[in-house]
Formats: sequence, C-alpha cells, structure tokens
Amino acid sequence: MDKKLLKIKNLSSQVEEEKILKGIDMEMNKGEIHVLMGPNGAGKSTLANVLMGHPEHEITDGEVNFEGEKINDLAVDKRAKKGIFLSFQYPEEIPGVTVENFLRTAKSAVTGEEQSIFDFKFLLEEKMELLDINKEYAERYLNKGFSGGEKKKNEILQMAVLDPKLAILDETDSGLDVDAVKTVATGIQKLASDENGIMIITHHNRILDYIDVDYVHVLIDGKIVKSGDMELAKDIEENGYEDLKKEVEESSYC
Amino acid sequence: MSENQVDLNEIDRSIHDTKNDSDYSNRAKIGLTPKIIREISEEKNEPEWMTNFRLKALDIYQNKPIPDWGADISDLDMDEILTYIKGEGEIQNDWEEVPEDIKNTFDSLGIPEAEKESLAGVGAQYDSEVVYQNLKEDLVEQGVIFMDMERALKEHEDIVKEHFMQLVPPNDHKFAALHGAVWSGGSFVYVPKNVEVDIPLQSYFRLNAAGAGQFEHTLIILEEGSKAHFIEGCSAPKYSVNNLHAGTVELFVKEGAELRYSTIENWSKNMYNLNTKRAIVEKDGLIEWVSGSFGSKVSMLYPMSILNGKGARAEYTGITFAAEDQYLDTGAKVVHAAPHTSSNINARSIAKGGGHAFYRGLLKVTDSADHSKSTVSCESLMLDNESKSDTVPVMDLNTDDIDIGHEAKVGRISEEAIFYLMSRGISEEEAKAMIVRGFVEPIAKELPLEYAVELNNLINMELEGSIG
Repeated sequence: MDKKLLKIKNLSSQVEEEKILKGIDMEMNKGEIHVLMGPNGAGKSTLANVLMGHPEHEITDGEVNFEGEKINDLAVDKRAKKGIFLSFQYPEEIPGVTVENFLRTAKSAVTGEEQSIFDFKFLLEEKMELLDINKEYAERYLNKGFSGGEKKKNEILQMAVLDPKLAILDETDSGLDVDAVKTVATGIQKLASDENGIMIITHHNRILDYIDVDYVHVLIDGKIVKSGDMELAKDIEENGYEDLKKEVEESSYC
Repeated sequence: MSENQVDLNEIDRSIHDTKNDSDYSNRAKIGLTPKIIREISEEKNEPEWMTNFRLKALDIYQNKPIPDWGADISDLDMDEILTYIKGEGEIQNDWEEVPEDIKNTFDSLGIPEAEKESLAGVGAQYDSEVVYQNLKEDLVEQGVIFMDMERALKEHEDIVKEHFMQLVPPNDHKFAALHGAVWSGGSFVYVPKNVEVDIPLQSYFRLNAAGAGQFEHTLIILEEGSKAHFIEGCSAPKYSVNNLHAGTVELFVKEGAELRYSTIENWSKNMYNLNTKRAIVEKDGLIEWVSGSFGSKVSMLYPMSILNGKGARAEYTGITFAAEDQYLDTGAKVVHAAPHTSSNINARSIAKGGGHAFYRGLLKVTDSADHSKSTVSCESLMLDNESKSDTVPVMDLNTDDIDIGHEAKVGRISEEAIFYLMSRGISEEEAKAMIVRGFVEPIAKELPLEYAVELNNLINMELEGSIG
C-alpha cells in the first residue's frame, strides 16, 4: 500500500495581486504528524486555506497532490469528501443550525451515506465524551455564542466525527487555557492513526507537549526554510525566528 | 467544471405553475361598470344592502388614485382584469365529487394530504367559487361556523352585516374599494364564547384564469375566551397576463380570545399581491400573525393589529423571500390604543438573484396606551450583490410611558461561512440553503409542522433550482 498522503510541489499562490506562498515543497505520509511554525504573516494560514481550496486564493504555480491525484482545481467540498479537513483559526458562526444537524449533514456528505439520527447521535456523544464536551452542545447553534476555546474544541469534535485522512489544524491551541490545551491535544493524539496524517500549525510548543511529532517545518516569507524534528521546535522556542530569518536573507544573496 | 457551479436563478416552478383547461362560462367581463357589479350581486342572490355596498365601493374605487408609494404597479392595467370568473366546479362536501382536473391541480399542491393530516376543515377556493368545504362534526356541535363567505352571507346575514368591511372600509385605499365592489369567495369563521378549536382551520386559495383578479374575503370572529388557529395558503399557476390579488382579511378578537393567523403565500411570479389584513383585539386578547411571502411579482402586505382593549397583545412573525424580478414590500403594523398592551414583531427577509425585499413597518402608540411594551426586530439577508434589501420601521409614539425595543439588521451571505460549510463536504448549494434555513429557523419553529415542512421545501426549491 502506498503510504504517500500529501505531496506539495513548488506551490505558489496569491490573493488578488499579493504573492503569499512562494514555492512550498512538502511531503506527508500516512501515520505522520507534522508541525508548521513561523512568524506572523509567513503564510501558514494561507497554506492551510490553499490546501482546503479557499476560492480567494489563486494557485499561480506548482501542485497539490493528494493520494496521487492533482487537486489544484478541485472544489472545496470535493476535497472534504476525499478526506481533507481544516480546523479553522476563526470558525464561522452559523445561527439556526444545530451542531448535531450540521455534523450529521456533513458526515452524510463526506461518507456518501445518509446517517441515521439514532446511530449518529450515539457516535456524536461518544466523540463529545472523548473531548470532554458537554452533551448539550449538540443542540446549540453552530459556534453561535461559543467562547474562543469552545469553538476550537468544536473544531476538533468535527474532526473526530468526520474522521479525515488529512487534518490541518490552524492555530487550534490559540485562545485555549492550559487545561483545554491538554484536553484538545490529547484528543488529537488519540485521533492520530496509521491511516491519517495531521498538520499542526502553531505559535507555541505547549500543544506539542502532548503530541508525538514526527517533523517540524519552519515557514518564513512564503517558503519552508528549515525542516527537522522536535529539536527544531525547541530551538525556536528558545531563540525565536531571528537567526532563521538571517539565514534566509544571507542565502538569498548567494 | 460546471458541476461545481450553482445557478441559483434556475428555478423550476412547474409543480406550482400547472394550469388546466376549464370552461370559463362567464368570461369577457372586462372593465368595471355598475351594471357588471349588479350582475355579480344578482348572480349570487345577494341581499340588497350588499348590492348597494358594492356599488358604493365601486364609486369610491373609481374616484381614488392609485397609491404613489411603495411598489411600482404601473404595469397593472385595471381595465384588463377579469373581475369575476366562475369555474365549472360547484360547492362540494365530498372530495370524490370534485372534478378530476381540479383535483389533479390540488393533488400537486398537496391539499388532500393536508386534509389527511387531520386538519379541521378545508375551504379550498378554486377561482372565485369554493369547490370543496368540509368541517369536522365535533366543531359543528360546538357551534363553530366555518364556511365560504357567499354561504355565510345567506345563512348568517346578521353577523356578516355587522362586521363586513368595518375594519377595512372601502375608503381605506383604492384596492380596498375595488375589493368591496367585486369581492367573491373567501372564508367565514365564527367561534362562540369559550370554545377552543384545537385543530387548525385551513383554507387554500388559488387563481386559475388568465387575467382574473381574485378578491376573496376572510372574516373571522372569535367571541370572548375562545381560541382558534386559521391557516391560509396561496399558490397560483403562472400566466402571461399580469394578475391581481386584492383580498381582505378582517379578524375580530374579543375579550380574552386568542387567534393565530398563518399564511404562506406562493403566488406565481406575475401576480400583484395587494392584500389588506387587519385585526382588532379587545381586552386581554391575543392576535398572532405568522406570515410567509414567497411568490408574486409585487407584494404590498402589512398585516395590522389594533390593540383596542387593556392588556391586548399582538405577535408578528414574518418571512419574505424575494427572488429575480420580485419586489416584495412587506411588514407589520401595530396600533397600541389601550394601556398595558404589548406587541412583538419579528421579521426576516431574504433577497437573491436581483430580488428586492423591503420591510415597511409601523408602530403607533396613542396617548392612551400607557404602560405598553413593544419589541421590533427586522433582519435581512442578501444572497448576492445584485439583490436589494431595505428596512423602514416607522414609529409614531404619543406617550412617554412605554417600553420600546428595536433592532434592524441588513447583511449579505458570508463567503467565509460558505467556505466553512463546504470544507465539511457540504455542497455550495446545500451550504447556502443551510445558512438560509438557519436564518429563518426562528420563524420555522413558529409554524405548524406541515407548514414548516412546506417552508423548507419552498426554500429548497428557490435555492436548488428544482424540488427533485
């Protein structure tokens, strides 16, 4: 079996006239957890949005290949059906639509099988327990009036229910208190398997304390400037991005 | 490529736009003269006072100008409208005896199903004559009267005479006058003191003649302490000639009585819907309006509640959906005319494909309405950049001793919200439908189940291009 999940080749993108990604190369196999770090404005969220197919982002060069198929022009919902999931940094509020109805519709869509109300309720409650979410949230309107932390937990709940092959988690730890980070991070670790890949976008290492990370990439100014293991993340925590930025500048003179 | 694109403008209305061939024996009465009015009245064997009422109304109609505010109705040629069309159907009490082609049209509108759903009675208006009337026996035993207006005029003449066009007099506006002159069909409901009608009374109106106007009159009287729920549904086939609907609804809610009046209007998109609805509520009484406006080319519809007795209450919940080539000017009016009265207005509108949804409301508080309370909330959602939406909630407050809450919001559907839902595998059209359904959820939950389902179907039909 081919373990190759995601292959990004020389990926470049722009929003309106502004170039953001400037040639990203990255590969991910099933069973791996990757971390993407970088200073503000480096293009981390842009990469997440481009992988999910946000219509505002135009791919100007390169390729996104998912399980052997080029998906550059695939619609957002089709990507989700192939098994790509994005945990949003700022999840939208959808008034009038309950978490349960929304997720049952989504689960039916990604699996192509109509979910029975009873079976789905059982599945949802099981996943809510895993993430320490009060059952009454199933009846609340999606993200409406949720605190920042509740929204992030709800994103991971959606991941747990939809069971994607590739989960991209955009700043899932921001806005969470210490206990919530632990709950969410251990939840993510539980969801990780040999059958899926996870890309964690983060500013902090706190979330990484609970997760077995395989690779760490540093994104600066639209390019991956360095890849390594957890040691790289620890190095950045101590020394920041300044040294790496200098390296980039120096290399650009060569 | 194209399968990822959704054309929201492709609307298949064929199921509601069916038309069958009836023999319109009384066709060709174009234009209005006292002679025609006398003929209409004579044909119906009406008492002389009604004939005179019609003639007086005709006189007012001919001397009143067309309203110069709100919708543009200059395309409406009043002389071209056939004012009275009698179809082949006569009044029926047994569904089996309803003519086959009429039945087929009703079948496609789901009327018999609604009947099966234990609705109390069906007064279905086919053109200007009622073809089917039925009322559960236990209601008859309790003294509840539910019949078409023509029959009510004969069998309950005193009650009709006392109330007919007292709330909406012919001199109210040009179309009220026209209605007074040519009214035909409609429902009459009388609920005696302390009787609670626990199943909804339903009537379904539709038009089936090119150029025919429809002028049905609904008169509902709830005596002290009684309760009822009346459901009015409208759907009409589509024609090349502009159609006019100028119905009138008059609701009398006596002391401590509670009336809910629900409507889903889905006129075909060449209809001018200029309907006048008014309720007067006495001490501690309650009027609840639930109003859905989906169809028509032009609508001007502002149900009014007059809170006439101490402690009277009005609730209005409305949803308006304006698509391509539609101008829907809707809203609620409330007059607080007694102390300790309260009103609550909750209106939502949606505009798409270049449609124009206009909320026009009036809250009037007289100087005798001290200690009154009112909340007005109107929200509007535009699904694209071509569509338009306005909210004009007018307030006329003549006492300081009141508590008013007001909220108005106009916004566009968020591309980010659509992206968010699509990232969970939901198609673009379903994502939009989901957002719209969520937006109208506060309204949908106010509706009786079968109407909530219909509302949902109408939204799907409007958004998905077919009802599959």
